[in-house]
Amino acid sequence: MQIELRDPNIIMKLSRLGSFHQSKISFLRSFLEEFKNWEFNRDLFDLDENGYGEAVYSLKKNKRIYSLICFANALSDDERSDRVIATKWDAAFVLHDGIPTKKDISRLKINVPKQEVGRVSYKELTLSRANKSLRVFNHVVESLTNGKQPNNKILSDVGYLYRTTAVYGSGKFGLADRFRLKNRNEINGPFRLEMMLVYLIRQFTFDQVNHIAKCKNPQKSIQLADKVSRSLGIGNSTGLGMAPFIVNHPTLLNNWILAREKSLKKIREIKIVDHNDKELFIRCLNNSFKNVTTWQTDSDFQRKKISQLIKDLTKLNQYLKNKFDFNKNYPFNDLYLWIEKNLSEECIEYTVSMMMEPYSKIINPHIKEMSSDEEKYFNIPTDRTISDLRNILETKYNEIIKIDFSEKENNQNFWFISKNKEEPRIANRYKEEGHELEQPLAIARDIKKLYIKISNEKNSLTIGNFLINNNDLRHVVRRAFIIEKFPYAEIQDNIIGSNLVPIDMLRLKLSFFGAMKFDPRSDKWLRITMFQGAPLAKELNNLDEHWMYN
Amino acid sequence: MISLSEIDTTCKRATKAIGFSWGVAEEIGKNMRLLEMFGIPGVNNLLEYFNIYKENNFKKTSLITEKNFSESKPFCPIVSGLNFLDQINSLNNFKEINFKNFAYPIIFLPFASRASEIIGKRIFINMDEKKFILNFNQTIFTNSINDFKIVICNNLSINFLDNKNTFSEKKWNDLYELSKKTFVDETDNLKKNTAGAGLTDND
Repeated sequence: MQIELRDPNIIMKLSRLGSFHQSKISFLRSFLEEFKNWEFNRDLFDLDENGYGEAVYSLKKNKRIYSLICFANALSDDERSDRVIATKWDAAFVLHDGIPTKKDISRLKINVPKQEVGRVSYKELTLSRANKSLRVFNHVVESLTNGKQPNNKILSDVGYLYRTTAVYGSGKFGLADRFRLKNRNEINGPFRLEMMLVYLIRQFTFDQVNHIAKCKNPQKSIQLADKVSRSLGIGNSTGLGMAPFIVNHPTLLNNWILAREKSLKKIREIKIVDHNDKELFIRCLNNSFKNVTTWQTDSDFQRKKISQLIKDLTKLNQYLKNKFDFNKNYPFNDLYLWIEKNLSEECIEYTVSMMMEPYSKIINPHIKEMSSDEEKYFNIPTDRTISDLRNILETKYNEIIKIDFSEKENNQNFWFISKNKEEPRIANRYKEEGHELEQPLAIARDIKKLYIKISNEKNSLTIGNFLINNNDLRHVVRRAFIIEKFPYAEIQDNIIGSNLVPIDMLRLKLSFFGAMKFDPRSDKWLRITMFQGAPLAKELNNLDEHWMYN
Repeated sequence: MISLSEIDTTCKRATKAIGFSWGVAEEIGKNMRLLEMFGIPGVNNLLEYFNIYKENNFKKTSLITEKNFSESKPFCPIVSGLNFLDQINSLNNFKEINFKNFAYPIIFLPFASRASEIIGKRIFINMDEKKFILNFNQTIFTNSINDFKIVICNNLSINFLDNKNTFSEKKWNDLYELSKKTFVDETDNLKKNTAGAGLTDND
């Protein structure tokens, strides 16, 4: 049986993309899978009794070494902020290519804690900073100091000791450009170096609390139990900075979604499901329940989604127990059709993620297809014609070109880069100043403009000749010809309309990172946890690929 | 050191700030990244051009022809470059294209380099006496290693180089004969049993 890929006009709507969950193709999971045979070491650990100082961790295989360099500093409570506008953090981190020399560490010690206003070199790969969750950090240190493991409830309410507030890569602030690393197989997956940095930071947070407790009370203190450490991840506060990324990298977005869609299609095409695969699916689904029920958020928006998800999962569970027969042909296709009909978007995508769990053989080849050589698609095919362009707009943007942008609500917002932090922001163009400096992210509006513009042009006119007088639309002409080749490259929504919920865009990206427990703090930023439940660095060699559901 | 990614982003934003559209700015970001990767000072040339851009009037040609002359106003390298790239499939038929009075021609180079890749031909550019060969957007050869500052180029000529070998047929045959020494002489038995295909053409 041939199953069609899901319709981009449904999947690429923001409400659907904002319902995506982590899965086997998520970057943090594929990172662990790739690095499970690497040797982990703590090469330097030079902290004072308060936990301030430097540490170096490394992952090594053959002659390749990646080193995380950590700088932990004193920070007063009034200086601690998760906002990107902060200038000081509890700790700053950089991932270095190879073994850092003393000279490297001295250079980085000056620059890394400054983050955006410091400079790093092409020998550095990713850069980040993090703040303590004071409540959890202090509780853990105090408990360990007194010879007790920390209180589970306090830990599970938060889920981490530290949260990062930005992770930078790809040439920012002097970091290595991607092209310098493109022939390294082990990092041939999106954001793999960012995942490595976060994973190693997690280990530093455990070592730091253990160290402080030991300094405070050498006789009585104990170490954080491995089981407790495993239950902690690294938090992350994410704002609008991430949102434009998925608009600015259409081929990459396509490859992420396409990997998921191709995997689902192949799973739906399985005629007879093996008993063990069925059992694994059911086990992961059941065990994942605790990830949902321990999901804490103050956001009404997210609480409603979680509550609906729990109801839907209960319904799904009952259906699977009482009515569903895995012995019939193409059971996953039947199940998929049922969930599409009966469950909410949040639960549909949750179940799709679960369906992927038993099928490494199907999924792993697609993980290798999730990067993109974006440069390859940059040139506009100027020998093509207006007729071709019109056809693309009418087929790939058929709902977008129906939007009336003369209506204020459809043209309400504009995206801009803030002068203070050089970070993306969104504002109401009818209330705020600055819309003349709008970023080219109003794709829907500009596509519509292009569609109107070409309506009076001859079908046979070449794109090259059209552009002579229409370079103001060049960015969307380029885009249309990219989208032609990539079905899932475009968000099928208007991201300047009054209905936009920006965190849908963030959630999409974060789900591919492998984040869990999305906790919106407003419609523009959220907190998440990464690597919660993941094996510790010393356990990496015995990775259980379903660790999420243990 | 500034990364290529930073060069791309900052050149893009600066190009938009000077008054070009975002689509054009994207081209300039990629182009300056390319020039700097080849070790040619794109950033210096771009900044100098932008410093005089608003006070001077530059010729913004639309359709490029074989001979493009502008006495009073020098040609804008960005608009000329864009049109050269966009019209490359028809320009490719000309033997030579000439511009007279061309501002900051180094900024034009990456457009031509990318065009070379699109048409699959090397492009030779002569900027007064500075010569460049653009090799399918893979490399740029030049006789001018250090001096890349050209404010105005009086004569800029562009030739599309035919794809031809750099060696004679004889030299090739000599090399081929040498390569044959890696082959195994076929006995009758080897002919029969090792080809994989059938023994007659009609099998």
